[in-house]
Amino acid sequence: MVALLKNRHVRDNALQVLFVGSIVSVLALLAITAKTNMDAQGITGGFAFLERATGWRVGFSLIETDASLTYAQAILIGITNSLFLGAITLPLASLVGVTVGVMRTSGNGMAELLGTTYVETFRNIPLILQLLFWYTIMLALPSPRDAEPLIGSVVLTGRGIYIPGLNVTGGSVFAGFVWVALMMAVVVRMTPRRWRNIDTTRARHEKRVVWLLALAGFIAALWIGRIPDTPLASIPEAKGLNFKGGIRISPELIACVLAISIYGGAYIAEIIRAGFNAIPKGQSEAGKALGLSGWHIFSRIRLPLAIRIVMPTLINQYVWLFKATTIGIAVSFTDFFMVISTAINQAGQTMELIFMLMAGFLIINYSIAWVLNRVNDAIKLKGTQLRI
Amino acid sequence: MSHTKSLPKPTALDRLKARFFNTTLNSVVTLVLGAITLWILYNLANWALVHAVWGVDQGDACRANRDGACWSIISTRWRIVFFGLYPFEEQWRSGLACAIMVVVAVLSCIPWFWSARRLPFLWVAGFAAFYILMRGGMFGLTEVVERNWGGLALTVFIFSAVCLIGMPLAICFALLRQSSLPWVARTVGLIIDTVRSLPLLAIMFTFAIVLPFALPSWAIGESLYRVIIGYSLFFAAYQAEIIRGGMQSLPTGQEEAAKALGLGYWHRIGYIILPQAFRNALPPTINQFVITFKETTLVTIIGFFDVMTSGRTASGTAEWSFATLEMYVFLALLFFVFVFSLSRYGAYLERRLGVGTR
Repeated sequence: MVALLKNRHVRDNALQVLFVGSIVSVLALLAITAKTNMDAQGITGGFAFLERATGWRVGFSLIETDASLTYAQAILIGITNSLFLGAITLPLASLVGVTVGVMRTSGNGMAELLGTTYVETFRNIPLILQLLFWYTIMLALPSPRDAEPLIGSVVLTGRGIYIPGLNVTGGSVFAGFVWVALMMAVVVRMTPRRWRNIDTTRARHEKRVVWLLALAGFIAALWIGRIPDTPLASIPEAKGLNFKGGIRISPELIACVLAISIYGGAYIAEIIRAGFNAIPKGQSEAGKALGLSGWHIFSRIRLPLAIRIVMPTLINQYVWLFKATTIGIAVSFTDFFMVISTAINQAGQTMELIFMLMAGFLIINYSIAWVLNRVNDAIKLKGTQLRI
Repeated sequence: MSHTKSLPKPTALDRLKARFFNTTLNSVVTLVLGAITLWILYNLANWALVHAVWGVDQGDACRANRDGACWSIISTRWRIVFFGLYPFEEQWRSGLACAIMVVVAVLSCIPWFWSARRLPFLWVAGFAAFYILMRGGMFGLTEVVERNWGGLALTVFIFSAVCLIGMPLAICFALLRQSSLPWVARTVGLIIDTVRSLPLLAIMFTFAIVLPFALPSWAIGESLYRVIIGYSLFFAAYQAEIIRGGMQSLPTGQEEAAKALGLGYWHRIGYIILPQAFRNALPPTINQFVITFKETTLVTIIGFFDVMTSGRTASGTAEWSFATLEMYVFLALLFFVFVFSLSRYGAYLERRLGVGTR
């Protein structure tokens, strides 16, 4: 026995079995205890509860639902709402981040001062505090009765912001976005494979055709999906105590979008700034020597290089930012996490729901990372083009 | 050589010109942005200073004045924000305990304390003093159970407990992930990646509300401590990757040289690898502490009486409900003071470590 323990190979294997075995047994113990507790409360396991009605009224939903909302539908609404919030805030935060990042590296003293103040203010205050702050401001807006249109027919009220919309079905808007996403995938796929190996003018023409196809498909989808017997545009009008027509964006959604984009933008701005600072000076000097204008040096040399440098860091930041959307529960925005936690309180199917929550976030986060890694592979500079 | 004139030294005006008005475009940008800044500052000053109401005892006195802030809410209700439900006569203990942790945090920024013995000792001693002061029950202090803790003190407690538990856990995770035993490394890698891809809120929620279902009754304990353990796990998963990054940036020669000198595993790790890894990973580590402190506020969603909840409670009564915004601004300033100084310190350290240390 002692001789066996002295054998390094045997010892290593025994240690590994012990380590993995103890973790697995702790997890198994937790699962068994949970099962016993749930049996004691008369809760049957399995996913049959998904078909049961919840009796909830969901505040904000992209999917049309009726009164007999089932758990499966509620969870689906939660996931789409989370993805929707992510789809708005991630690009907005990037836009804010790039703007502020460029301001901070522009060489203009005023812009740098303003950019630094922005970053230092919003990065150093907890996200939830910022969210509640914006939410309080949104709720303090005048009631629909007293509200005056701001610009054109955009109305800011305490019950949400009203903007003009189109009378089209939700499905057609979704189809339009799917089509645009498909075309973007084509661009990402073709960039390293075809367009890097053919003449630039031809590649540019082909790219333009793809983008035009994307736009045409989007418009076509909206046109097909318009609601019959209504004007194409729907404009908010004051009717009695409220506004009718147009699109109402709820205060919860606006507060979430504002808070997450501003907070995330401050972080992205720092990443972008680091990217600009990492570009060797020779790059823009070479541009100057070639007689390029300041705008061309920025848009054709510095920005593309900076984006390629920061792409890996940005991917982590996006995953982190998507996780931050769960904060919406603080203002009762019906996102994935909120639906799951409410369902746990009401249905009691704790294990199944926690499993769904974890699986959902793992899948979404890995998908974001996967897609962005493909983008990174497509655009990154190969070989020795960039030495930093 | 007498006719060569040296260039005149740039005056302050010249430097101002070069930074703000060197080209027409830049001048326009400066003026436009300057106008926007002035407009924001003007409105802000109007609200926060000019039209603000100070030193009134009743909320009704400034309810009428909606052009400016009502800072009276801070002067009348600050005790709730800082101490929560802590008994009134004992609140000096809560304040003193917070001050001790602040001193500990400031002291650990001094390089003299950065050794494997001094820093843990400082934190354990500080934390023990904090706990004894808050909890009482000995040295003639009346006992105050955790349920009655609240406000800033609770936030500080959660934060320091998470750092104290999370840091050793992070070192374990980082070392196990680098282990030469493939299945140990893979299992720990899986745990770290899973925890990292989950939102902190989901982990806190699971530990606070779901876990009691799955624990035998003797192991359930107080929900505050379960949340702290869950948060520590989350902290450790992130910090482990930072330490691993620090270890990977070491030249392999370091470990090989240690091996060649005949040092055993623990000596190699304790004297060669970890000190250098921590030095490399210092800026992201400080950043991690900053993020951890900010995200401690998430416990308000789980229902703890931390500084966020107490702030909302302070402005939650009918008398003060109109002054919620002022309370949030005050909380924001409170956090800003802590977080900004820590992040400035991190930036200073980054500069200091960047020059002349390698």
